[in-house]
Amino acid sequence: MAIDLGAVEAQLSTAFPGAVVEREGDWLVLDRDRLPSIATYLRDEMGFDFLTHVSASDYADHLDVVYNVYSTRPELQGPGLSFKVRVPDRVDARVPTVTTIWKSANFQEREVWDMFGIHFDGHPDLRRILLWEGFEGHPLRKDWHEPYYEEDNKPFGSRWPYPENPRPRSAEQRVHWRANVQYPQGFDPEDWDLGADYPPLFAPKVEINGIDTEPVYLNVGPHHPSTHGVFRMVVGLQGETVTNLTPVVGHLHRNHEKIGERNLWNGNIPYTDRLDYISPMYNEFAYVVAVERMLGKEVPERAEYLRVIMGELARVVNHLLTIGFQFNELGAMMTPMIYAFTEREHVLDLFEEASGARMMHNYYRIGGVYGDVSDEWLARCRKVVSRLDRKIDEFETLLTDNEIFISRSRGVGAMSWQEMVNYGVTGPVLRSAGLSYDIRRVEPYSIYESFDFEVPTYETGDVYDRYRQRIAEARQSIKILKQALNRIPATGAIMDGKNAWNVKVPDGELYSRVEHPKGELGFYLVSDGGTNPYRYHVRSECLINLAALEAMSVGHLLADAIVILGSIDITLGEVDR
Amino acid sequence: MSDEITVPDELKGNVFITKLSELYGWGRKYSLWPMFFGLACCAIEFMAAAAARFDTGRWGMDLARASPRQADLIVISGTVTKKMVPKIVTLYNQMAEPKYVISMGACATGGGPFKEGYNVVSGIDQFLPVDVYVPGCPPTPEGLIAGYMAVHEKIQNERINDVPWYEKDPIPKAPVPLLGGPDLIDPRHMDEIRARVRAPQSAAVGGEPEKEDA
Repeated sequence: MAIDLGAVEAQLSTAFPGAVVEREGDWLVLDRDRLPSIATYLRDEMGFDFLTHVSASDYADHLDVVYNVYSTRPELQGPGLSFKVRVPDRVDARVPTVTTIWKSANFQEREVWDMFGIHFDGHPDLRRILLWEGFEGHPLRKDWHEPYYEEDNKPFGSRWPYPENPRPRSAEQRVHWRANVQYPQGFDPEDWDLGADYPPLFAPKVEINGIDTEPVYLNVGPHHPSTHGVFRMVVGLQGETVTNLTPVVGHLHRNHEKIGERNLWNGNIPYTDRLDYISPMYNEFAYVVAVERMLGKEVPERAEYLRVIMGELARVVNHLLTIGFQFNELGAMMTPMIYAFTEREHVLDLFEEASGARMMHNYYRIGGVYGDVSDEWLARCRKVVSRLDRKIDEFETLLTDNEIFISRSRGVGAMSWQEMVNYGVTGPVLRSAGLSYDIRRVEPYSIYESFDFEVPTYETGDVYDRYRQRIAEARQSIKILKQALNRIPATGAIMDGKNAWNVKVPDGELYSRVEHPKGELGFYLVSDGGTNPYRYHVRSECLINLAALEAMSVGHLLADAIVILGSIDITLGEVDR
Repeated sequence: MSDEITVPDELKGNVFITKLSELYGWGRKYSLWPMFFGLACCAIEFMAAAAARFDTGRWGMDLARASPRQADLIVISGTVTKKMVPKIVTLYNQMAEPKYVISMGACATGGGPFKEGYNVVSGIDQFLPVDVYVPGCPPTPEGLIAGYMAVHEKIQNERINDVPWYEKDPIPKAPVPLLGGPDLIDPRHMDEIRARVRAPQSAAVGGEPEKEDA
């Protein structure tokens, strides 16, 4: 199932003659200069109100900025429109911003600026997002090399035991500083700016109700027990009320994409584990689904069932842990978290037996899964699933009607789903505000079509509804798991063909998305027909959901902002990649 | 005066004799408070080790402190990035002596799978004195507990009369790297960076390879 690209092209060409410059596979190349008006038309007239993915790709002679838009109208939900604009000038690369049309472009355009050096005209706050101001160059450009650069493609020649490399030299030995640093020509260590990346602690006095007041800026993080890792937010406070909030990310930027472009297609699977490390199984799921779509590969039935079982177990664990962390932030120090970790251990034992690894499973393969499971494993899995079912009840008994919890969370962080869509928020947070949008339903992948499950929704999108949403979704996952465990074929292949150590993916590019426990996890992949991706981009739902944090928090107390952050459910490994 | 100690009959079985140093080590090793500090994936296993199944509370370590002032042990649990390392070193400097460092996992030890990345510091030991390295990606909680045991052993073997925190001279702080210019600057390399930038023949200031050892 795909969108009728011809019809879209015709409609766009009627409204804007010459708007579609070119058609490239499933992608439309649009006119760069008229992008804002075309985008407004796409959103208002054609119903593409949901911009989920903005990224870029570097080709030798030009840069491409790619966009993926979807619709939330019930009749148009499903596959979306992929379009791009071409930037011929590499030195002075400029594209008009679409932030004014879709706010979800905000962080993503900043990331493109950071990584590719494409300037977005009219962007409200175009600063580096993952790296720091002063960084030399734009690292995802193909002509940019880091200090430890060795070769473009793995496996590196020096790692082979050829007679000519009897003693491979380590990266440290190849760099003068014996460390991963380089200083550009002309860098003057006498005269450079350390660069204050924080606002002044006290802003000028303002008068409120006849009283002189000093607004205070408070730094929360990157070392803070409630920021879920190395996340930092700069909170402007008036008394204890949040007046503005700036997320500062990038403290865990581990260069997934640069490294991913060097890895073999298979070699990226273990790296995806380390994206959202709360639910590694589902990250792998997203990646292999994307590569299989490029290859047009079928997956054997038993492997599909195993994939769904692993993925949904990961979803239940993710939701329980999120609830545990969230209560930690509400002051129920440790107990719900320890309950959640106990359940995680049961699931991890299953994962460990199937994949060999406790936490970073590396279980999914392109065209199947790594290993089969025994009947005993399935029997144990059934027990764990019914245990999880009971435990969700237990969580509900303990927490749902808790008066302190209700008074802390009702109405906190509420946002309408229309606004969330504009911010690009996906996943349980979006559904808790009332929009029934689940990629397992609207654009099914794997064998999700064959399962009977509902997409629960709630009304207000406040912290309480997000909690109830996660409980309801965990219940639906249990429902899927029970069906999958009943219907899984007793025997059968778990790989499509032989488990190849090296995969060649035909020329092409695609954006593929799945319903990750935290939202829409997408992979934008470009292949030049080789053994490694030409471009590998992760559409991180955590980063994009964060864009709405300020709007959700303003007007609430600082203590509530922490809770709102917890209820958005971020993992820094994926925010920063 | 004889060296023999006579224990009264009613106290027999209730007195035990040890060296002061051993008592000191024994007391300290079971009240090691780790810092509530996580960097990446390993932090989840760090928390799992503290949770119900592995329960590091059995060694008096259940009280993770968010403030560095109250912590004795910092577990570097994850990838150390250039953007984060000045903060990590500052946190370490804020901890009170005696303090210990565990480098948990491949990333903290040497960069791990992300070593080649442009924003990744290949090993926290470039900046902090690491006491125990725990291998793994991520290490299992059992592995981390083995690392804790190694720290315990180290503490037990420290002698009260030669530990540095009772010396007159203050213990030097770890050098805090600077970030904000083009790259991470190790203050210990400042003179060398100046020299290389001024040297007219240095074409590549960063990537000039070193001569292979003989």
